[in-house]
Amino acid sequence: MLILARLAQMLFVLFGISVLVFLIFFATPGADPAARIAGRSATPEVLAAVRHDFGFDRPMPVQYALMMKRLFVTQDLTSFVNRGQRVVPEIVAGAPVTLSLVVGAAVLWVLGGLAIGITAALTRGGVTDRVLMVAGLVGVSMPVFWVGQMANLLTQSRMHDSLLFSWVPPLGYTPLSEDPVLWFKTLLIPWATLALLYMGLYGRVLRASLIEAYQEDFVRTARAKGLSETRILMHHALRTSLITFVSLFGLDFGALVGGGALLTEVVFSLQGVGKLTFDALQNLDLPVIMACVMYASFFVVAANAAVDVAYALLDPRVRLKRG
Amino acid sequence: MSDGPWAVAWRRLRRDRAAVVSACVLLAIVLGCALAPLYARHVAGSDPFRPNLDGSVVIGGRTLDILQAADNPLHLGSAPIGATWHGAYFLGADGQGRDVAARLLYGGRNSLLIAGAATVVCLALAALVGIVAGYAGGWTDQILSRLLDILWAFPVYLLAISLSVVLISQGLQLGPFTIEADSLLLPIAIIGIVYVPYAARPVRGQVLALAQSEFVLAAQCLGVGSRRILLRDILPNVASTLIVFAPLIMALNLLTESALSFLQIGVQPPAASWGTIIADGQTLIYVRPLVAVAPGVMIVATVLALNVLGDGLRDALDTRAKLRV
Repeated sequence: MLILARLAQMLFVLFGISVLVFLIFFATPGADPAARIAGRSATPEVLAAVRHDFGFDRPMPVQYALMMKRLFVTQDLTSFVNRGQRVVPEIVAGAPVTLSLVVGAAVLWVLGGLAIGITAALTRGGVTDRVLMVAGLVGVSMPVFWVGQMANLLTQSRMHDSLLFSWVPPLGYTPLSEDPVLWFKTLLIPWATLALLYMGLYGRVLRASLIEAYQEDFVRTARAKGLSETRILMHHALRTSLITFVSLFGLDFGALVGGGALLTEVVFSLQGVGKLTFDALQNLDLPVIMACVMYASFFVVAANAAVDVAYALLDPRVRLKRG
Repeated sequence: MSDGPWAVAWRRLRRDRAAVVSACVLLAIVLGCALAPLYARHVAGSDPFRPNLDGSVVIGGRTLDILQAADNPLHLGSAPIGATWHGAYFLGADGQGRDVAARLLYGGRNSLLIAGAATVVCLALAALVGIVAGYAGGWTDQILSRLLDILWAFPVYLLAISLSVVLISQGLQLGPFTIEADSLLLPIAIIGIVYVPYAARPVRGQVLALAQSEFVLAAQCLGVGSRRILLRDILPNVASTLIVFAPLIMALNLLTESALSFLQIGVQPPAASWGTIIADGQTLIYVRPLVAVAPGVMIVATVLALNVLGDGLRDALDTRAKLRV
């Protein structure tokens, strides 16, 4: 029941987002949507073709249906800046790059967040705790694209000849299937860049909920039973604290795909969906941008729903509370 | 006689050393940026909005070209002048030979103005939506909450990018009003909208609880009108939440603004913001890293100070207000 309700909500949100994107791109007052879609230097013939293709002479619901059809069913949306370039295959081609970036960064960030949160909670009030918490705050205060630039500056130029970073390959992307080692090497710095931002935040969140958990009765009971501190941490305190951690993760994973990854791809010249969007932004290639936004946000919403469902299956309190 | 809650909070805030330091840092940054025209005219001595690659500058009695041979071993290619650590071109020149330090201050004006104004827009909308939804309940609440759900699920940057690219491609026409594509009002409105659900959701939750509280029920029983209850009983209680959110939202806004400007869909050239200067520095990153380093440091300092101030305000006002619920 719970899962069905969550899926129904997901469908509703997907529909809402698609309508919102449609309205932004086609119904913003002030200009001819055909002129927007066709780009800056469109001839009258192209404009007429766009008007016909997108059904701008027909009622709004028909326009919406046409757009959705071209995006997801026939997948024949084309760019007008790069004449004839099909948009959806471009996105499909970029997806593995973006996924490699995001998944690797997420792994690093969760591991780092766990390490920071547990260390800080255990050394609560001490110097280590303070330093970690300040570092976490600095982490969330940095623009990711700037951190990427600084990372490039160090690893590609200033310290590239030092032992520390001489292994860093030039900017670019190598598919996993082609050369797994090079794939890993090229992505390590981008992963670290993205993870750096969230690691501290997650450390902070985990620390707060661990400290809260340590004040709970079940921890006192566990202590009274004579359990070791390690066992109390791993089996009792950490377990309840992870619930906040996981639900936050679902949320930020979306922000990561929709924002952080885009900026990181630009800085590190990774040809993923984010770089595709960036290049389209430079020539105001609206069909490409629209398609990227739609696919990326659909992916985010679906991923969030998946996290929630997994979470419902894992957490006995949610699982047992039916109806 | 005991002090009111605001006086208590103010006293607590003044004793919070981290919060006081960040408030001072913020003040210094705002003042510095406000004085940008004076700096450009009297210290830098060049127009930070005009390309100046053919020009030269006199530093300590020596005349230096703005465009110099690059300082690689073979002097291949050329690069804009680096940091002189003197009045003119203190931090060097960007790719168009413009004074980076002067642009940094002018850019800060735009970044801070956009982030600040967007914070006001965001909190005003969030308060309105949150209070109406929480107090009215029923269908109004249902509709507003579902709309917030959709906005909430829409990744912030994707929403901001969509709005920006559409509006910047051709500006906006609302009836008799036309907003030009390079107007700062566009980024202010866009950034102001995208974070509304972040603040509106907790406000709604708080109002929902307040609407059931004894003093509101008492007021309702006395026949006090809705408008008076909202203004006199609900709003002051929500105010502390909004105050705590203000610096935190502004921090998010500043980061979002810099990202949009970095992607060239925020502040439009020749105007600058910290994000556009980082973008300018992208091509010079290995030759003149300072062009990109300096605005980044300003962003980190400002956002960090805002975040620390927000935490201090939360402790001082003793609310459990959380931005990410």
